[in-house]
Amino acid sequence: MKRLILTGLMLLAAPVSLLASGGMHLDKADIDLSNKASLQRGFKYFTNYCYGCHSLSLTRYSRIGEDLGIPKDILQSEVIFARDEKGEPVKVGSYMKTAMRKSYGDQAFGKAPPDLSVVARARGSDWIYTYLRSFYLDPSRPFGVNNTAFDNVGMPHVLWELQGWQVLKKSEHGEGHGGAGELELAVPGSVSPVEYDQIVRDITNFLTYMAEPVREKRLTTGVFVMLFLFLFFVAAYFLKKEYWKDVH
Amino acid sequence: MNKVLAWVDQRLPIIKPLEEHLTKYYAPKNFNFWYYFGSLAMLVLVIQIVSGIFLTMHYKPDATLAFSSVEYIMREVPGGWFIRYMHSTGASAFFIVVYLHMFRGLIYGSYKTPRELVWIFGMFIYLALMAEAFMGYLLPWGQMSYWGAQVIVNLFGAIPGIGPDLAVWLRGDFVVSDATLNRFFALHVIAVPLALIGLILLHIMALHEVGSNNPDGVEIKKTKDKNGVPLDGIPFHPYYTVKDILGVAVFLIFFFAILFFYPEGGGYFLEHANFVPANPLQTPEHIAPVWYFTPFYTVLRAVPDPFLGVVAMGAAVVILFFLPWIDRNPIKSWRYRSKLHKFSILYFVATFIWLGYLGVQPVTEFNAEMGVRLTEVYFSFFVVMWFSSKKRSAATALITFAIVMGLIVAYDLMRVGSLNPNLVWGSLAIPGIYLVVELLFPIFTNLDAEKEVPQRVTG
Repeated sequence: MKRLILTGLMLLAAPVSLLASGGMHLDKADIDLSNKASLQRGFKYFTNYCYGCHSLSLTRYSRIGEDLGIPKDILQSEVIFARDEKGEPVKVGSYMKTAMRKSYGDQAFGKAPPDLSVVARARGSDWIYTYLRSFYLDPSRPFGVNNTAFDNVGMPHVLWELQGWQVLKKSEHGEGHGGAGELELAVPGSVSPVEYDQIVRDITNFLTYMAEPVREKRLTTGVFVMLFLFLFFVAAYFLKKEYWKDVH
Repeated sequence: MNKVLAWVDQRLPIIKPLEEHLTKYYAPKNFNFWYYFGSLAMLVLVIQIVSGIFLTMHYKPDATLAFSSVEYIMREVPGGWFIRYMHSTGASAFFIVVYLHMFRGLIYGSYKTPRELVWIFGMFIYLALMAEAFMGYLLPWGQMSYWGAQVIVNLFGAIPGIGPDLAVWLRGDFVVSDATLNRFFALHVIAVPLALIGLILLHIMALHEVGSNNPDGVEIKKTKDKNGVPLDGIPFHPYYTVKDILGVAVFLIFFFAILFFYPEGGGYFLEHANFVPANPLQTPEHIAPVWYFTPFYTVLRAVPDPFLGVVAMGAAVVILFFLPWIDRNPIKSWRYRSKLHKFSILYFVATFIWLGYLGVQPVTEFNAEMGVRLTEVYFSFFVVMWFSSKKRSAATALITFAIVMGLIVAYDLMRVGSLNPNLVWGSLAIPGIYLVVELLFPIFTNLDAEKEVPQRVTG
């Protein structure tokens, strides 16, 4: 037991460099959650590139459809490819569960790809944006790529077709991504770096929305609550003043 | 209506207790800003109970379901996000309000005769609140919930002899698990809230028996008019009810501003790592307790030996219970106490805040050293409180200084070997300056001069 406590205390003493995104430089994602078009594109990229392995199992298709302004029939015909046990397409009210079984994921990647429902709240939007732009070629890794934002990452570079391949140049100043060096595009992909950044931004935007779907509603409700409370404050102030007139 | 009321009142005490506690409870008329936080603590308690009831309607205390049931509340329960943020923001708000309430007691000497029991019950409320918050924090079943609980329960394991068995008994398992989640849920929603409400009743009954203190520390019951009403007192209702409504309005503006625009509180109210489901096989790189525990957590980490660390942390809380008997100075309010006393309290508050800050930071050599120094100041504060209870002779001052400073330096000599000596001897100034000012300045300055307490309240 003493050892357990000591281990616990030692873990607490983990150096700063180990902290998730602690000392690392993150690029600003610069997302806009009110931009419906960007969210819809992000949803599209997610279902095309991420959904094969990653679930959003805490959310239903229909909820995303409502929030992003996508009609049900389009969801059913363009987005939903998942089938139930009978081979029928699942309904729009279903949770977004990936087709990949956990056991298969464990086998293929060592550890099944995680659910991404709340990843933006755990890691932060800037981290996702940086991460998806930081894959580089590394023949020593099982999938041939590594990542400056996530050392020895277990995920292949799924977006390589779009981005192309980057290599890590050791910089003389030791500056840049995590001090490791600069990333340079060695083989261009099908889109320009500017377009690629926008694609990643859209995905980040979508995942940020996904982590807290109610966010926009929360902010607008908040404004009205504040307005009410200021009025309430004024009323309370004069009420108090009236009662306290005779206290000397 | 009046007939009905009269009928009931003959059979059930209604009017008498209302008069005793509201319309004929005379509170000093000079309450200032610091006197809002008692009623605000009651408000937050109500917020927590009401939002908690609605959360339990949807939450599942089951290790496989807990995490997703919280997200289910956030996503699918109508208004669920609002209930959940009420509860999570309310937890932090509770501690903010209670810490300010305790600070008020500290500066105006509200723990002194005849209010010792009020203070003691208050401290028990604080303890119950810590237990309530700790067990509630496990329920979302995120990584921080899990590992935070793991670390804290392991602390009990550090007690010699019974420790390991005690830790197993608390968890109901050898690690934090489904069994732990279930019992923490039971304690969080039933046992501790019941205790809290009982203690709050005692706190208020004891307070209303002796009457409220005030910023002048004057006993208003000593000067009464011919009807037996204190000259400086005003009925709690309507005067302080309407004043507290104003306080509620201001508080709610801050509360809802955080709830609607900043619910994560920058990662302090809702920790980022808690959005990752609990994983018993993967220890997070950095385990930080929620902000309201961090001052005591730093005290724990300042002591190298785990058991002594637990003792120090426990002592840091328990010593507060004895404040009424440590500080024997008859002057209650810091308004009439010495400049040195004011300096001491401000130094203590800065220490407490800095200790809290260090508790969320990773341990570096510098942070660890600061943790030790601030812990020394934390405990020295109570020595100074005792010392300034009355005018002390120069000999007492020198001996006290020599003992406290001697202990600190002796400890430094023991540990300096493996550390950076510049850091150790440089940071000695942190407790050093405090002790020199508080214990030696009275010998050759008049900064310890106290003012005369007026007969009646001012302003």
